[in-house]
Amino acid sequence: MSDGCDTHRLLLQAELDGELEAGRAAELAAHVEGCAACAGLRTRLQALQARTQAALPFHAAPPALRARIAAQLTPARPAAAPSPRRRRRGALGFGLGAAMAAGLALVVLPRSGAPDRGAEILASHIRALQPGHLVDVLASDRHTVKPWFDGKLDFAVPVRDLAGFGYPLVGGRLEYVGGRPVAALVYRRDQHEVQVFAWREDAPQSPPVAERRSGYAMLRWAEDGMVYWAISDIPLEELTGFVERFRTAR
Amino acid sequence: MAFGDPAGPPAEIPPALAAAILENLDSAHNLARWLLRDPVVAEDVVQDAVLRALRHAGGWRGGEPRAWLLRIVRNAALDRIAARGREIPLEDDAAAALPDPAPDPEAALAARQTRHGLAAAVAALPLELREALMLRTVEEMSYRDIAAVTGVPIGTVMSRLWRARAALLRAKVEA
Repeated sequence: MSDGCDTHRLLLQAELDGELEAGRAAELAAHVEGCAACAGLRTRLQALQARTQAALPFHAAPPALRARIAAQLTPARPAAAPSPRRRRRGALGFGLGAAMAAGLALVVLPRSGAPDRGAEILASHIRALQPGHLVDVLASDRHTVKPWFDGKLDFAVPVRDLAGFGYPLVGGRLEYVGGRPVAALVYRRDQHEVQVFAWREDAPQSPPVAERRSGYAMLRWAEDGMVYWAISDIPLEELTGFVERFRTAR
Repeated sequence: MAFGDPAGPPAEIPPALAAAILENLDSAHNLARWLLRDPVVAEDVVQDAVLRALRHAGGWRGGEPRAWLLRIVRNAALDRIAARGREIPLEDDAAAALPDPAPDPEAALAARQTRHGLAAAVAALPLELREALMLRTVEEMSYRDIAAVTGVPIGTVMSRLWRARAALLRAKVEA
């Protein structure tokens, strides 16, 4: 079995791949007419190419992966709340404050048509738990973490020191949610990670609203032009306490 | 046209880039599967690569996005392989039965491929040969784009393609 003339086999391959310009193609054709080895190789290469094209699978992205990534790339819709855009600080709407105080867990379904931020936050949290994915800046000192974000985000990141309450800071990470860069703050509670995602968004003030997804407790709230999500696998009651500390600490 | 200043804070994702990522997501996943051979790891690497692409949005000059994205996917896949210390092994015992592939990896195909067919034979090729052949045959990429994705000169791409095809021809694989 011959491989064709050494000098011509790459040209034969280029011709097969449509990469041979016209001038050289004519030269090659003239050569092949007089060279059985090359003529044979050309035939075998063509046959191999056809079989390879038929046999090699193309692995399209599974729908779940595509959906997750599409959610990450979906820009946030502008806030379209019919009620006044800002509530007085401290005003609690819809009786949620009372429910929270009573320790009830609420499961809030996303408004139909709105991107499911909760699903994005959950996916980001789970990804971050993989080895090596947790933090971009590893520092238990907020005076290190806060300036680290300064060069990367165009808003101030409120990094709270909660070590005194049993939630030492692990570090921070740049994340993408709704097509925008956001801050992820990582705290630890015993063997569990508690993450706070924070970004600037002109949303109406909203006290913490709870949900549970896939075994994770989540709380979201909005104040002073920022949106926050807290997520952890610690019990919701504990995460509620964490969020209260976070919101009142300075 | 530059999107954002790479040295400054990352801009919001340009819609054109978001669309380009989604349009080429299948190719990205396909390359990850071919390089890593494990569906779960491949999905994770694609996710990783998308995040890297968003962080480097400032580096995309609005040109052909498929080659740009696949280069990022390839780097993410190779980082993962390096972190493991080795490629993810082929699943069946034929791989374990292969002689040490270092001296002549192409020749070592012979035992495996006759039993399992052309797709398996390609999957058994060394990474650089496998990816070149796959990008040319399945993705129908030009030599120039393959060179951009793999970071080698066009001549090297041609040589790798030739070695992949010669190995398959020598082994007389039945489809």
